[in-house]
Amino acid sequence: MAINWNALWEWANPRKFMSWTDRALPVFAVLAALMFVAGLVWGFFFTPDDYRQGATVKIFYLHVPSAMMAINIWAMMLVTSLIWIVRRHHVSVLAAKSAAGIGATMTLIALITGAIWGKPMWGTYWEWDPRLTSFLILLLFYIGYMALWEAIDNPDTAADLTSVLCLVGSVFAILSRYAVLFWNQGLHQGASLSMDAEENVADVYWYPALVAIAGFVLLFITLVLLRTRTEIRARRLHALEMRERVAEQ
Amino acid sequence: MSLISVKDLTVSRGGMPVLEGLNLAVSKGEILVLRGPNGAGKTTLLRTLAGLQPAYAGGVVADPETVAYAGHADGLKATLTVTENLAFWAGVYGGHDITPALAHFNLESLKSRPAGNLSAGQKRRLGLARLMVTGRPVWVLDEPTVSLDKASVAIFAEAVKTHVGAGGAAIIATHIDLGFEETVFDVTPYKARHDVVRNDFDESFDEAFR
Amino acid sequence: MIRLFWRDITLSFRSGGGFGLGLAFFLILVTLIPFGVGPESELLQVIAPGILWIGALLACLLSLDRIFALDFEDGSLDLLATAPIPLEGVVAVKALAHWITTGLPLVIAAPALGFLLHLDSAAYRWLIITLLVGTPALSFIGAFGAALTVGLKRGGLLMSLLILPLYIPTLIFGAEVVRRGAGGFLVGTPLAMQAGITMGAVALLPFAAAAAIRVALR
Repeated sequence: MAINWNALWEWANPRKFMSWTDRALPVFAVLAALMFVAGLVWGFFFTPDDYRQGATVKIFYLHVPSAMMAINIWAMMLVTSLIWIVRRHHVSVLAAKSAAGIGATMTLIALITGAIWGKPMWGTYWEWDPRLTSFLILLLFYIGYMALWEAIDNPDTAADLTSVLCLVGSVFAILSRYAVLFWNQGLHQGASLSMDAEENVADVYWYPALVAIAGFVLLFITLVLLRTRTEIRARRLHALEMRERVAEQ
Repeated sequence: MSLISVKDLTVSRGGMPVLEGLNLAVSKGEILVLRGPNGAGKTTLLRTLAGLQPAYAGGVVADPETVAYAGHADGLKATLTVTENLAFWAGVYGGHDITPALAHFNLESLKSRPAGNLSAGQKRRLGLARLMVTGRPVWVLDEPTVSLDKASVAIFAEAVKTHVGAGGAAIIATHIDLGFEETVFDVTPYKARHDVVRNDFDESFDEAFR
Repeated sequence: MIRLFWRDITLSFRSGGGFGLGLAFFLILVTLIPFGVGPESELLQVIAPGILWIGALLACLLSLDRIFALDFEDGSLDLLATAPIPLEGVVAVKALAHWITTGLPLVIAAPALGFLLHLDSAAYRWLIITLLVGTPALSFIGAFGAALTVGLKRGGLLMSLLILPLYIPTLIFGAEVVRRGAGGFLVGTPLAMQAGITMGAVALLPFAAAAAIRVALR
């Protein structure tokens, strides 16, 4: 089977992928650990308390990066699912599968830290606020996606169906976001870190937050590479088992 | 000019090749009988021929509206009558007359019985009668004689002969002798080899992914 | 395709076809609500729009796993996939038949059930309109979910898990229309949004569902 991979796709060929990730993974892991710890230590211990929110504001360093990751991981899954549909690229769809669990965890972290933060700020752990509600819905989408992967035996069938679900799900996730905004205007503050907003957080909070976000991104890359490697090995094992079964007949 | 032909076809089940290197062609007036032990991949091959699953490698050359497929299930609704079932499929396939099909398979007396009340053999006959109303030239049949009695087998064989005589063709997986002038195609030699370790592929190939 | 449409309608009316099940479920659900929340008419009046929409949604969900699963089991889906009609058309027709046999009866029955829940008299008109506009989306989104799970043993529960989040926008706009109608506010925006979702679902989801069925059949 002469497959003509062009230069970019070569990196994602299963064999090549296994060999370069084998070398790159420790680098990502160390960088992730450094940035993660640095960002959180800096944020927790070396920034002043907020004049209104006191020390509670510091949960921000977990809450904001995890919330950003929760959304961006879904976007990454959408892209990798599209690559699978268009180019039938196995590593791509396995990366989407690997990312889903991490994305769901990030969503859960964002929801839980949000609840912990919400109690002193708004006097309640949970409020049917548009942002909170949207994240709950996002969690449902992640759970559905993962459940569909688990339910189907044939890996290619599962890849196809989950990719279609991811595609359609993305459209409905965005629709839900606007529907929820329409439904309840909410009390969540605006986005804390946007490039163009006039009233952004002060620099003292901004820099450690950036480091923490970099830590989360690196952590995600590390985990997704690790899990994709596991998936590739699982697929090879599956192929070996199938071959055994067929050969026995 | 063959109605349907395959070239270097490999068919797969669950992502693993089961039959490889198949080459065959069926022309007007021909009957091809597939033989091979259970699990050899006859059903997989027939489903690939019918366009229900993609070829693993190689390809099937046929007009998309060539094949009428009949698998293990007959596609009948228990609460619809025999006529309703048949008329439905006739309508889906472009409105052919159902009377000859009913007559040929001795279903006229059962016409207004719900399909759920029929015996297994009668259901099978109705499922096969469906082939006659599709108006398609190549019948692809998977174990068509299951649960048919001797008389019904004869009726079925006659239907296939008539169809083929009128310029059709048939590809049938079966274990019994239907008394055709047939070409027998044994799939056993084409079994995909999994016992040999292949190392003729280039470096970028990974057999778990293709 | 017209044949297929009438076959699906006929099947749902024959014994064991499931016609009326959704309707009965809707009635039971609405009957249970006052036992759960208490008989005060003010409270019921407030929650009525939401209950009626959620009831319609769940009743619709109840019959969805039959939409392709039965055809898959008896081999009809194989035959339909090789038939000269496009599979996208098959999906659309089956979703439409599902709506006629499940969604439409709910639209007709909803006012009677709204009466039981002391729905505000100004809201009846909007309840009917919004259900009429919104329930087709439920059938088409549901057909997509059913297509994703068609080859699976016991796919029904998974199907609900996949479909319910997709129902959220329809539910939000639908219930909002009734609530606004009851309060005498303008309903144009949510109704237009809901109509948009329905049109989008009807136009696009048959393609996604047909793709999923092709994958499941191979």
